Amino acid sequence: MARLTINGEVRDVDADPDTPLLWVIREQVGLTGTKFGCGIAQCGACTVHIDGVAIRSCAMPVSAVAPEQRIVTIEGLSPDGSHPLQKAWAALDVPQCGYCQTGMIMAAAGLLQTNPKPSDDDIRAEITNICRCGTYNRVRAAIKLAAKGAGATQEG
Amino acid sequence: MTQVQSVSRRGFIVGTAAAAGGLSLGFHIPLTGGALAQPVGSPAEVNAWVVIRPDETVVIRIARSEMGQGTLTGLAQLVAEELECDWSKVTTEYPTPGQNLARQRVWGSFSTGGSRGIRDSHEYVRQGGAVAREMLVAAAAARWNAPAGECRASKGVVTHTPTGRTTSYGAVAADASRMTPPKTVALKDPKDWTIAGKPLKRLDTADKLTGKQVYGVDLKLPGMLNAAVKACPHFGGRIASLDAAAVATMPGVRKVVRIDDATVAVVADTWWRAKTALDALPIVWDEGPNRAVSSASIAETLKAGLGADDAFVGTTMGDARAALARGGRTVTADYAYPYQNHATMEPMNATALYTPERCEVWVPTQNGEASLAAAAEAAGLPVDRCDIHKIHLGGGFGRRGNFQDYVRQAVAIAKDLPGTPVKLIWSREEDMLHGAYHPITQARMTGTLDVDGNLTALHMRISGQSILAAVRPEGMQGGKDPVVFQGLNAAGPEGHLGYAIKDLLIDHAMRNPPVPPGFWRGVNLNQNTIYVECFMDELAHAAGVDPLAFRRKLMANHPKHLAVLDAVAQRIGWDRPPPAGVARGLAQIMGFGSHVAAAAEVSVTDGRLKIHRIVAATDPGHMVNPAQIERQVEGSFVYGLSAALYGECTVKNGRIEQENFDSYEVMRMAEMPDVETIVMPSGGFWGGVGEPTIAVAAPAVLNAIFAATGKRIRTLPLKNHSLA
Repeated sequence: MARLTINGEVRDVDADPDTPLLWVIREQVGLTGTKFGCGIAQCGACTVHIDGVAIRSCAMPVSAVAPEQRIVTIEGLSPDGSHPLQKAWAALDVPQCGYCQTGMIMAAAGLLQTNPKPSDDDIRAEITNICRCGTYNRVRAAIKLAAKGAGATQEG
Repeated sequence: MTQVQSVSRRGFIVGTAAAAGGLSLGFHIPLTGGALAQPVGSPAEVNAWVVIRPDETVVIRIARSEMGQGTLTGLAQLVAEELECDWSKVTTEYPTPGQNLARQRVWGSFSTGGSRGIRDSHEYVRQGGAVAREMLVAAAAARWNAPAGECRASKGVVTHTPTGRTTSYGAVAADASRMTPPKTVALKDPKDWTIAGKPLKRLDTADKLTGKQVYGVDLKLPGMLNAAVKACPHFGGRIASLDAAAVATMPGVRKVVRIDDATVAVVADTWWRAKTALDALPIVWDEGPNRAVSSASIAETLKAGLGADDAFVGTTMGDARAALARGGRTVTADYAYPYQNHATMEPMNATALYTPERCEVWVPTQNGEASLAAAAEAAGLPVDRCDIHKIHLGGGFGRRGNFQDYVRQAVAIAKDLPGTPVKLIWSREEDMLHGAYHPITQARMTGTLDVDGNLTALHMRISGQSILAAVRPEGMQGGKDPVVFQGLNAAGPEGHLGYAIKDLLIDHAMRNPPVPPGFWRGVNLNQNTIYVECFMDELAHAAGVDPLAFRRKLMANHPKHLAVLDAVAQRIGWDRPPPAGVARGLAQIMGFGSHVAAAAEVSVTDGRLKIHRIVAATDPGHMVNPAQIERQVEGSFVYGLSAALYGECTVKNGRIEQENFDSYEVMRMAEMPDVETIVMPSGGFWGGVGEPTIAVAAPAVLNAIFAATGKRIRTLPLKNHSLA
């Protein structure tokens, strides 16, 4: 058993301690917006926040997360898709297949926590998630658009 | 006026199972659909393509699959254009392949590949919209006892012009569904389009930003179990032995299923537990007959093909062999292109529910009908007792079309657990080891220049793998694989060479190593363009002529090829020197029915490549959504440059060596150049946009690297070369 705080809700889950946080979130908690892409923290599709920091959940055992640590998934980033990044993504029609995009948004939200006005080079250096459809340039533009607007650094 | 056409042009192929309905001729509104009485207040199916709800929502049916390329939005725009509905009320749904068969394939082909989603179906989907519009207008006219000719439709409202009376589509949809569809309809001239041809936003974005979008891996069904699978990694190998008892009592494990001689799956309550048990399962592989096959042995086989006598002739003009034998100034170079994995972000998956009476599968697929055929065969049920529920794909790129291995596996597992839905997800490692790889080829290019530096003779010998021989042998022509010659044809709408060369021979020595090949976004156009366009650059250099000027002299009879090349040259500023330390390269080709070109600016500093800027031009003939074309072109450069920089699957002991993104690298944002896209539709034809520009990415960059460093890179990927 493990106790987790996900999107503000305390959840007790029946999972073996070495189960990656990703699979606990997807299978035990039932939140499937966080994606499986590689299982070795390479692609970033599984990005969530722990205490405001973007991490790759596929390679982190659930036992490494303390009950009081705040886990935020894409479903908890905003109640209704209104986070500045989500709005910027919508404004620029960024996604193609969309599979990597929730991880991409969570990684971007992590970046804006520490660097509210990132330069192009900051974004290039910090956003290392893989997108195979090729949305990179629009992702970069959307991050900059969100950073321009107000409220981009709120909890997420 | 055009005769409303049959859409069932290609047969549905289902092994031994008889296809219910089969092929039909003539547009058909089946009795199972709109002709049935509709209860008041329910959605009305006007015809197969259009359902209208009482709240005025317009549901447009889409037969092709959405995998990121935007075809869902583009096809909806085409239907909506003729339907004259309110675009803000449009939503979409997929009919199932089973419904398609039951209704005499009223929606035509479900196959989504070859950049054909729109260009192969634009006519009949527009007719579908136009027929529905006529039926809605007729229904409104009947209500008013007025001639339909006095009524017109716009934005979902029908107006009786003489009296100004109006009614809405929602109000007359049920009546319209009982109208006799017209046998002929007039389609709009594209210059009059107001919905199609416009840069509209995608219809499928919102749920992709919040995690609500359900992909195949996200599916949840009541009582569902989860499966992980492992097939013998050695091609042609099998399971020598395994010890199922060793994992039977591991947490959550329900069953170990031997799918076939080479494949085993573990079924558990969660996927993670299934995968954990599968990893712990003791398996001894019999490496099979290909254990000695390696990248080196394959390269040797292909190299021998470069000079072999057995070759299928693809394109020939004049007598290239005689011309080359006469001598003159001859330039020759050998090129090579490796195996590559599609590496869709969403790993292969399928969810199956089997009972002795029926089998249903939920799957992200590029070809719902191929999935249905695979499911029926694996289930051992007639095809009309099976169906497929299509789900948006987390990437396709050709991997999820012809190849339905994951559907067969999911059904085989579900057959062992009748009545229980089972979701099968491949690990990334399984996906890397069991791809349908970009085929491997080499090419020997030999050209002769006359005293004025003009190219007078060219022999292009391709040696290597045929996709059709492996996956669609019925498409072979007397042993020849015509797809090998993509972009190299003498003529034709799909992709012809843009150069007039007096003596020309392009031939193919087929060499098929035991690594399964497949259609990979861009297919054979990718390496063919590298071979032709990098060699053009070599010839220009040998002739001492500017690469643009050298090409232009050969392109006088190919104005559309020339137009895109000129467009990128002009935009990048070819007539002016590049910025200090920066060098430029060019490439052009025609493929998938479209003309494309690219110009690249790169620098190489201490051996490190930086791609600064790409200018890309595309002429797809007619243009359905310029905003989505731009996105496809940009994305094509990520896919094409990933392949050029990193893409390589190597073979050892008859298996692929790369198992995940740590060893199979792909391009990330840090290396992504700015891409400027020029969409220049010249009208008069329908070309694809999802694939063709991939092909010009690598050669434009490789030619720029030569301009920067004097180094010719003739074997991909670039990561294997030093630029220092």
